[in-house]
Amino acid sequence: MDRVVELHSELLTALWETLYLVAGGLTLGGLLGLVIGTTLYVTRAGGIAPNRVVNVLLNVVVNTFRPIPFILLAVGLQPIARAVVGTGIGNTMAIIAVVFGAAFGIGRIVEQNLVSVPPGVLEAARAMGASRTRVVFTVLLPEAFGPLILGYAFAFVAVVDMTAVVGTVGGGGLGNFALTYGYRQFDPWVTWTAIAVVIVLVQLGQFAANAAARKVLRR
Amino acid sequence: MALIEIRDVTKTYPSARKGAEPVHAVRDVDLSVEAGEIVGIVGYSGAGKSTLVRLVNALEPATSGSIRVDGTEIVGLSERRLQQVRRGIGMIFQQFNLFTSRTVYGNVEYPLVVAGVPRQERHERIVELLTFVGLADKAHTHVEQLSGVQKQRVGIARALATRPAILLADEATSALDPETTVEVLNLLRRVNADLGVTILVITHEMDVVRSIADRVVVMEAGRVVEEGDAFGVFSRPQHPATQRFVRTLVEDVPDERTVEAIRRRHDGRLVTVSFRDESVSQSAVFAELVRRDVEFELVHGGVEQVRGRAFGHLTLELRGDPARVDEAVGAVSALVETREVA
Ligand SMILES: Nc1ncnc2c1ncn2[C@@H]1O[C@H](COP(=O)(O)OP(=O)(O)OP(=O)(O)O)[C@@H](O)[C@H]1O
Ligand SMILES: [Mg+2]
Repeated sequence: MDRVVELHSELLTALWETLYLVAGGLTLGGLLGLVIGTTLYVTRAGGIAPNRVVNVLLNVVVNTFRPIPFILLAVGLQPIARAVVGTGIGNTMAIIAVVFGAAFGIGRIVEQNLVSVPPGVLEAARAMGASRTRVVFTVLLPEAFGPLILGYAFAFVAVVDMTAVVGTVGGGGLGNFALTYGYRQFDPWVTWTAIAVVIVLVQLGQFAANAAARKVLRR
Repeated sequence: MALIEIRDVTKTYPSARKGAEPVHAVRDVDLSVEAGEIVGIVGYSGAGKSTLVRLVNALEPATSGSIRVDGTEIVGLSERRLQQVRRGIGMIFQQFNLFTSRTVYGNVEYPLVVAGVPRQERHERIVELLTFVGLADKAHTHVEQLSGVQKQRVGIARALATRPAILLADEATSALDPETTVEVLNLLRRVNADLGVTILVITHEMDVVRSIADRVVVMEAGRVVEEGDAFGVFSRPQHPATQRFVRTLVEDVPDERTVEAIRRRHDGRLVTVSFRDESVSQSAVFAELVRRDVEFELVHGGVEQVRGRAFGHLTLELRGDPARVDEAVGAVSALVETREVA
């Protein structure tokens, strides 16, 4: 227990690093996932902009990268990160790994949420003379907003998980903290402190998302 | 020139799977719709009704043929130009297709934003439209709190926002109960009469067609198989598909089961007389029977009103001296169409 008190400033730093990784990973990965998911949805057969080639290619890419265990992806990306941002370790590398790991999964989540929008609503907007792009931004995404929030909350938990994993391969954050001061120094109190912080973090995130989704869905 | 001119239009969907036949949703259709008309398009499921109207606002491109809307050829037009054309054509749907992420106000506002109408003008137009459909007090309600008929009123207000000359109604009352169906039909009639909007009403309910359509188009397997003014189509259906539809409203000759039931209580001779124009009155027919001492009883049938004109089919049981009954049937058939019932 005393170690935990001693390490409080390291813990705080680790928490900030985790928040940084989560925010960065979720924002960039979320945006990329939104683009991927929306593209998958609109280009499917019978979609509002059907395009077989794009749809098949994108599906192949998503299906290739999504199932890769994240720890392997993070390790595998190190040389690429080194080439791109000049370093294979640290939080920038970690963000790249998290973004890469999250984007494809989020893409699928987004696609599934968009499917829940009745196609007739899109057709109504098109019948009013709205362009396809306008339909996507002013009808499709707003209509799916509630489910999307819940989908992103789900992704948020996965991203927190990923940020802990990158702690083992050169990233910072609570994963790294637990590994360095808990696991390697045989101090389960430290490890469990990190776990407790993560639990609180995830609960807060999920709670906020649920509240937001309830407000948007008005139920 | 007609407001909508459809010439030799075909819409073929490629086969879904390799080896399957392509789907000919609409085949060789010719149809003209005059400004100010209400045209009812009827047909069984899969007949191609939705596809046909979706060709008119180019939600689907026609495979071949020509479609002119207000003089503009829309087959082969660029997407950008089509967006302009669509602003002049409103559409309402069976499932209403309102934007649940917006209020009633926001739904009606959407097409105005798309058309680039400035905010103040939009506001005035929305208030005007919501008043027209009787929902002025619901402007800031979210659409899921509305009843079905209120949703369709919003749908109509939204479809009329940009003052289209044409309104396409695809099964607009099929999700409503009979009472609220009447409400929506009255509203559509007002849209036609007060605003001069030409309306294409797709439906499989003959009741809807009867109460609202000036002209009826019957589709089967992608083709228009019958077309004519509403009274003519109802009183003298030619194509078997049309006859089946009209029978849902008024049976001409009773079907086998009905005849069986009638027979249980009536052993006289059964004939069906059909009144199709006002020149022959029922009393003239009955007078012929009375004159020959033929007893009669009305056992089946009815009289319907279409566009203010009546037609009907009455099945009568005739009793009396067989020779006189024969004579009476002869006299009656000279007046109106008379069919023996087996
Ligand atoms: N996007 C599409 N792709 C392939 N086939 C289609 C498509 N849309 C319609 N069809 C087919 O075209 C035919 C006509 O369909 P359509 O929806 O126009 O019929 P409908 O008369 O409106 O029927 P309903 O009363 O069920 O609405 C059907 O066989 C249908 O399966
Ligand atoms: Mg249909």
